[in-house]
Amino acid sequence: MMSLDMLRGKVAIAGVGHAGLGEAPGYTEMEVLAQAALRAVADAGLSMRDIDGLATCSSSATMWSMPVAEYLGLRPRYIEATMLGGSSFVAHLLPSVMALVSGQCNAVLVCYGSTQRTAAFGRKEGVKARSLLDPQPFEHPYSPLQPVTSYALAAARHMHQYGTTRDQLAEVAVAARAWARLNPEAAMRDPLSIDDVLRSRPVSDPLTVRDCCLVSDGGGAYVMVRADRARHLKQAPVYVLGNATAVWNRQISSMDDLTVTAAAESGKRALAMAGLEIRDVDVAELYDAFTINTLLFLEDLGFCRKGEGGAFVEGGGIAPGGRLPVNTNGGGLSCVHPGMYGIFLIIEAVRQLRAQAGDRQVRGAEIALVHGNGGTLSSQSTAVLGSAATC
Amino acid sequence: METEQDAHAACGPQEHYFSALSEGRFRIQRCEGCGAHQFFPRVLCAHCGATALAWIEPAGTGTVYSVSLVRRKPEAGGDYNVALVDLDEGARLMSRIVGMPADRVRIGLRVRASVSREGERALVVFGPMEAA
Repeated sequence: MMSLDMLRGKVAIAGVGHAGLGEAPGYTEMEVLAQAALRAVADAGLSMRDIDGLATCSSSATMWSMPVAEYLGLRPRYIEATMLGGSSFVAHLLPSVMALVSGQCNAVLVCYGSTQRTAAFGRKEGVKARSLLDPQPFEHPYSPLQPVTSYALAAARHMHQYGTTRDQLAEVAVAARAWARLNPEAAMRDPLSIDDVLRSRPVSDPLTVRDCCLVSDGGGAYVMVRADRARHLKQAPVYVLGNATAVWNRQISSMDDLTVTAAAESGKRALAMAGLEIRDVDVAELYDAFTINTLLFLEDLGFCRKGEGGAFVEGGGIAPGGRLPVNTNGGGLSCVHPGMYGIFLIIEAVRQLRAQAGDRQVRGAEIALVHGNGGTLSSQSTAVLGSAATC
Repeated sequence: METEQDAHAACGPQEHYFSALSEGRFRIQRCEGCGAHQFFPRVLCAHCGATALAWIEPAGTGTVYSVSLVRRKPEAGGDYNVALVDLDEGARLMSRIVGMPADRVRIGLRVRASVSREGERALVVFGPMEAA
């Protein structure tokens, strides 16, 4: 029998691409997805005809992989459509690695597109439709403003249990903005202070609108091939060293401890597969749908001890020049967040590991940790990626 | 232990729960295998997997585990709270804390359950024990 660590570095990400970041009026979700897919395939030096594996999912269409195959003209031999919310496109890594290593297919396209900001049927309508298609009869009657109220409940509990402060939560948004200011592709590039975050519109206490991710349009894609092939393609390969996914619950009311997420499990398993320790990580891309996420994941992944996330981010701890570069594109808080952000975590990590990140480049970045979150702290998927020098 | 489950054997635990609630009775499940109480109701115990589950009437007392004040324009009804309450039996549920200003609810507050009727719907809410 094989073991997971035997898959370490056997597959690489060979191409990345995005399209329609911010606002894409007049375009459909499929169109921004296809534009992103074309760019990722071209970035790898391949053509769409080379793609024989497909991983994708959608917040609205339950059978999304079929229209995507149809639209792109693919006849995939491998189809991965696991829908875990925002972490999906991180969680698609490991099954795709297995499909590539086994020879089931030779080139996997992972892709996503959303026009939730500008479409007539956008985010608001989607939330309403989901409450009928996917009811939560033990939560909906109390009108939580989802997803933000669930994260607010986690933030309130973290503050109560560990003395985490409002200012410390705001530090996460301020650091994200400081990174965004170095990224010409980021949506929000005006200066942002702790006071600005605290004084912005309260949404679901203790979170204000600046503790919440953006509502954007955008498509993203990446292409995976076996490592031996990746070494002969256009870009320096970025190796998949480890990936693991964990789901413990769906509803926030079913979560045992609101200060401990399943990232505590996914992170350990991903690092074990990679044969690395958390201190080996040079850059971290952590799904920041809300400011509390970043604190929870810094703790659960082991960058600091439980309860010390607030202190870790204080004084620009995760901002440019801080102790750990986190969310170097500006994150979901300041760069882009088209409903499910996971694919953009991977795209940014790949750019960092290829040293193509411009003014925000983390010098000497060889190991990136990517962490995706989905639902209301419901699904967690951690990936460890390595530069060309690591395999 | 009640034998309501037998009387309602024609339906699943979710319908059983809501039909009892609509008659003003708040019930949770206790596992006859491991003794754990669970909420929301299921056809198996999520702790141990056993399927022998009894409906019990909880004491109704609990503690606020977390709370958020959801902001809403005054013309839409104003701010309201969403809370997670740990029942003394050990199960947790989402609810609303009533009978006190919505913005004064704090983690650790001791609360007591009641069944509230809002239009067609019955739902479990909690009020502060001190006020009872």
